[in-house]
Amino acid sequence: MSKPSDLVQGTLDLLILKTISLEPKHGWAIAKRIQQISGEVLQVQQGSLYPALHRLEQQGWIKAKWIETETGRQAKFYSLTAAGRAQLQKEAANWNRLSTAINLVVRTT
Amino acid sequence: MLWVWRLWMRLQTLVRRPQVARQLDDEIQFHLEQQITENVAAGMSREEARHAALRTFGNPTVLKEETRETWGWMWLQQIIRDLRYTARTLRRAPGFALAVILVMALGIGANTALFTIVRSVLLKPLPFGDAKRLVMLYEVTGDGKYPYNVVAGGIFEAWQKETQSFEQLAIWGGSGYTLSGRTGQLPEQLQGTTCSWNLFPTLGVQPALGRGFEASDDQPSANATVVLSWGLWKRRFGSDPAIVGKNIHLDAKAYTVIGVMPSWFVYPDADTQLWTAIYHEAPPQVMKDLDNHNFLVVGRLKRGATMDQGRKEADTIVKRLRDQYPFLAAIGRGANARWLFDDVVGDYRTPLYVLLAATGCVLLIACLNIANLLVARSSARRKEIAIRSALGGSRWSVIREQVMESLVLSLASGVVGLAFAYRALDWVIRTRQDMARVDTIHVDTVVLLFAAGITFLSGMFAGGVSALSCGDATGLEALQQSSRTHSGGQRKARLRRTLLSVEVGLTVVLLVAAGLLLKSYKTLRSVDLGCITQGVLTMHLALPDARYHAPMQKAELFERLIAEVRRLPGVQKAGLVTVLPGEGHGGDNMFTIIEHPPLPKGEMEYALRRGVEPGYFEAMGIPLLRGRTFLDGERLERATSVIVSDLFVRRFLPKEDPIGRHIRVNIDGAGPKDYLIVGVVGDSRSLMSRPSEPMMYFPLYRGVFERAAIAVRSSQDATSMALPIQKLIAQIDEDLAVFHVLTMEQVIGRSTTDVSFNAELTLAFAVLSLLLASVGLYGVLSYLVAQRTNEIGVRMALGAQRDQVLRMTLADGLRPAALGLVLGLAGGVVTAKMIRDLLYGVQPLDASVFAAVAILLLGVASAACLLPAWRASRLDPMVALRAE
Repeated sequence: MSKPSDLVQGTLDLLILKTISLEPKHGWAIAKRIQQISGEVLQVQQGSLYPALHRLEQQGWIKAKWIETETGRQAKFYSLTAAGRAQLQKEAANWNRLSTAINLVVRTT
Repeated sequence: MLWVWRLWMRLQTLVRRPQVARQLDDEIQFHLEQQITENVAAGMSREEARHAALRTFGNPTVLKEETRETWGWMWLQQIIRDLRYTARTLRRAPGFALAVILVMALGIGANTALFTIVRSVLLKPLPFGDAKRLVMLYEVTGDGKYPYNVVAGGIFEAWQKETQSFEQLAIWGGSGYTLSGRTGQLPEQLQGTTCSWNLFPTLGVQPALGRGFEASDDQPSANATVVLSWGLWKRRFGSDPAIVGKNIHLDAKAYTVIGVMPSWFVYPDADTQLWTAIYHEAPPQVMKDLDNHNFLVVGRLKRGATMDQGRKEADTIVKRLRDQYPFLAAIGRGANARWLFDDVVGDYRTPLYVLLAATGCVLLIACLNIANLLVARSSARRKEIAIRSALGGSRWSVIREQVMESLVLSLASGVVGLAFAYRALDWVIRTRQDMARVDTIHVDTVVLLFAAGITFLSGMFAGGVSALSCGDATGLEALQQSSRTHSGGQRKARLRRTLLSVEVGLTVVLLVAAGLLLKSYKTLRSVDLGCITQGVLTMHLALPDARYHAPMQKAELFERLIAEVRRLPGVQKAGLVTVLPGEGHGGDNMFTIIEHPPLPKGEMEYALRRGVEPGYFEAMGIPLLRGRTFLDGERLERATSVIVSDLFVRRFLPKEDPIGRHIRVNIDGAGPKDYLIVGVVGDSRSLMSRPSEPMMYFPLYRGVFERAAIAVRSSQDATSMALPIQKLIAQIDEDLAVFHVLTMEQVIGRSTTDVSFNAELTLAFAVLSLLLASVGLYGVLSYLVAQRTNEIGVRMALGAQRDQVLRMTLADGLRPAALGLVLGLAGGVVTAKMIRDLLYGVQPLDASVFAAVAILLLGVASAACLLPAWRASRLDPMVALRAE
C-alpha cells in the first residue's frame, strides 16, 4: 500500500483540486476518483485525504457543504472556491513545467 | 479577501471546536461505511469488509489527530491542558503556592520600584533641549582643596567674553524672597534663583506663559522682573493667566511678573519657586569681583565642541587672571567642568545602584528558593514521571509542565508585585523629597515591560532549573532507584546544595552591605553636634531689605524679637543665630590675623562665619571656654569683637592666648575691618556628616545679617511653642515670613535622611534574604533526611548513637551554608569596596561587621538545620526500616 509520502510533495493538493473542479464530491468519492483515473497507479492511503482536505479548506481554496446523498445520509461535499480555481491553475501549470523538465532530463540522458 | 475567510475558518475551529470534531468523526464514519458497502458488494463478508476498509483507510485515530492539527490551535489546547493540570497541582498545596507568590511578589515588586526610580532619575536624559551639550563650570580654589568650587562674578564675566566653545554661558545663584501676602494671605518665604537672562535659552526651555528674561531686564537700572514657577502660580495665584504683566511684592519691593515656567521645569531644584534677573538683583561689585565666589555657571557647548575644550579654555582664563592680580589671595587657580546631568544626579548614582543590586539579589534568592522547592516536589514525583516516560510521554511534556507551573506562579507574583511596586514608589516619593528629580518618578510602558520581563524570566529560571534536574532522571535508572529504597537521589541533592550555597552567598553579601551601612548610620546619629539637640524648637525668618535696610533697623528688630520671645511663658532659653548647627555650610570668610606675619603667597586661611546675639551660646548649650560673650553695648559700629571656636584656636592660634588678638575680615562686602577676639566657645558641626570646622561668630547686632534662626528651649513640649512665637512675630511685623519651623531633632533628621534610607532599605532586603535562605536550608535538609530515613534506620540498628546521627545530619546541612558563607564573605569584601563612598566613620573592611555577619549566618543556619537533624536522630530504627 502506498503512503502519502510516495506522492511528490504537494501533488496530493493538486489531485484533490483537480478532482473536484467539475463537481462537488465527498471524501470517499475523491479517493475513488483518483484511483480510477490514474488507472490504480496512485494508491493514496484514503485516510490521508482528510488532513489535506481540511488544510485546503482552512486555506480557503475549497469549501464544504453537508448534502444528502442518494442513500439519504448526510455527507460532506467539497467544492472549489474562486481562489481554489486560481490555485488549481497555478499548481497545474507548475506541475506541467516540472514534469516537462523532468521528462527532458530523463530523455536526453 | 482570502485572509478574512481564513480568519473566519480559524475562529470557527476555535469556537465551535466540539461540533467541528463531531463532524470530522461523522465524515470519516461515512467514508468507512461507503467503503464497507462497496467491499460487501464485491462479495466480502461484513467482518472482512470492515477490516479491508480500515486497511485502505489507515489508522482513523492518528488521521483525526493529523486533521485536527491542520485546524491550528494545538498549542492553545496544550497550554490550556497544562494550565488545568497546574491549577490542580497548586490547589493541592495552597500554602506552598501562596508562600511562593508572596516571596516572588516582594522580589518583583521591589525590583520594579527600584528600576522605576533608577530609570526616572539616572537613565532618562534631563528634560532640557539637547541636554547632552549642557555642562557646569567650576573654579578650583586657590589652595586646590576644592576642585569644584562656586564661581566669582568677575570670572564668569571673563569666561563669557573669552571662551569660544560655548554657545551660551549662564550664571545663577540662590536667593530667598519673602512674598508679601495679598488680601488675607500670610507672607511666605520662597526659595528663588537669581539668574542671568540667558539661563532659560541656555537650558533650551521656554516659559509656558508670557516671556522669559531679556538682556534689557538683566541690568541694575532695569525694572524688577520675576518669572514664576508653575507650582507657585497655581498655588498662590490660582492659575490666573492675567498675572503676567502685574506686580507682586517680593521683600516689600514691586516686581513685574513676566512669565510662568512649565510645570515640568525644575531647575536648579524642586524648591525653586521663582526666578529673578541676577544683574538686577546682585550688587554690581559682586558681579565684578574675581575672588568673591558665589555663583554657579551652566553652559551649552557648541556643536562639535567637547567638554574638555571648554574646560581648558576656562582654566586658561582663570590662570591668566590669577597671574594678573597677584594680590587677590582668594582667587581660584583653575577651572573644572562636569556634565550637568552628573551634577544633578551624581550623589544618587551609587546608592540607587546599590539598592537595585540588593533587590536583584533578593529576587534571585527568591527564584533559587522556588527552584529548590520545585526540585523537591519533582523528586517526590520521580516514579510517576519515570512511568510516564516509559509509557511514551515525551520528556518535553514533562519539562513543559514544570515550567508552566512556575510561570503561573510567577505571573501571579508579577501582578501582586506590581501593586506592591506602586505602593513602594508612593512611599519613596513621599519620604525622599530631597532626592534629585524625585518629581519625575513614574511608572511608564518601559517599566511595565521590565516588570513583565523579570516576571517571565523568574518563572523560566525557577521552572527551568527544576525541569532540567528531573529531565535526565526519566529513564530506567529512576525506576530502579525508586523500586529499591537506598540513599539515592544524591545527584539531585547536589544540585540543591549548590543552589543553596549560592543563596547563602548572596545573603551574606547583602548582610555585609547592610551591616556597614547600618553602622555608618549609627555612627552618624551618635555624632555630637556640639550643642543641645533635645527639646529645642527652631524657626527661620528673613528681613526684607526694602523695609530693614539700615543696620540699625535690623539690629533693633532682632533685639526686640528675642527679648519678647524670652518673655513668653514656657520659654526657658532662647537665642538667635544666622545658621544653626547641622544646617550646612552657611558661608565662610577669609581672614588674616593681624598679629601674625603675612602668609606666603598662595596660602590663605578661612573659617565658617555665623552671626549670633549674646544669649545664643547659653541657649544652645555651647560652652564658653575662655573669655566672654558679646556685651549689650556692642551694637552697630561698636560691635567690633568676635568669638571663635576651639578648633579655630587650635588650628590658627595654637601656641598663644587667643584673647586679645585681632582678625581682619570682610564680612559684609563693605571692606575689611578688624575684630578683637573676646571669647572661645566649644566646637559645633555644620553638618552631621562633616567633621567640625573652624568657626567665627560675629555680633548679630552689628546689623549686617538679614536672616536669622530662633532657637528656643522650653519647659514644655518644644513644638507647642511654635504657634505663640509665630503669633508674636506676626504682631511685630505682619509681613515677616516664618519658615523651616523644626525641632533640632528634625534638623538632624533632614541631614541624615539619605543615610538612614539606604541603611534601612538594605537591611530590610538583607533580612528578607536571610529568612529565605534559612527556609531553603530547612527545606533541603528535611528532604535529605526523608531520603535517608532508611539508611539512618540501618545505621542505628547497627549501633550508631543518636548524637552521632545528629552530628552527621547537621554537618550535611551546614556544609553548603559554610561554603556559601565563604563565598559571601569574599563577595562582601568586593561589595564593601564598591560602596566605600556611602560609608561614614566605618572602614569598608570593618572586622566587627564581617564577624557579626558570619556569626549571625551560622547561628541562623544551625537553627534551620537543627529541627530536621533532631528529627533524624529521634528516628525509631524499626519504623524507619519498615517504611520501605
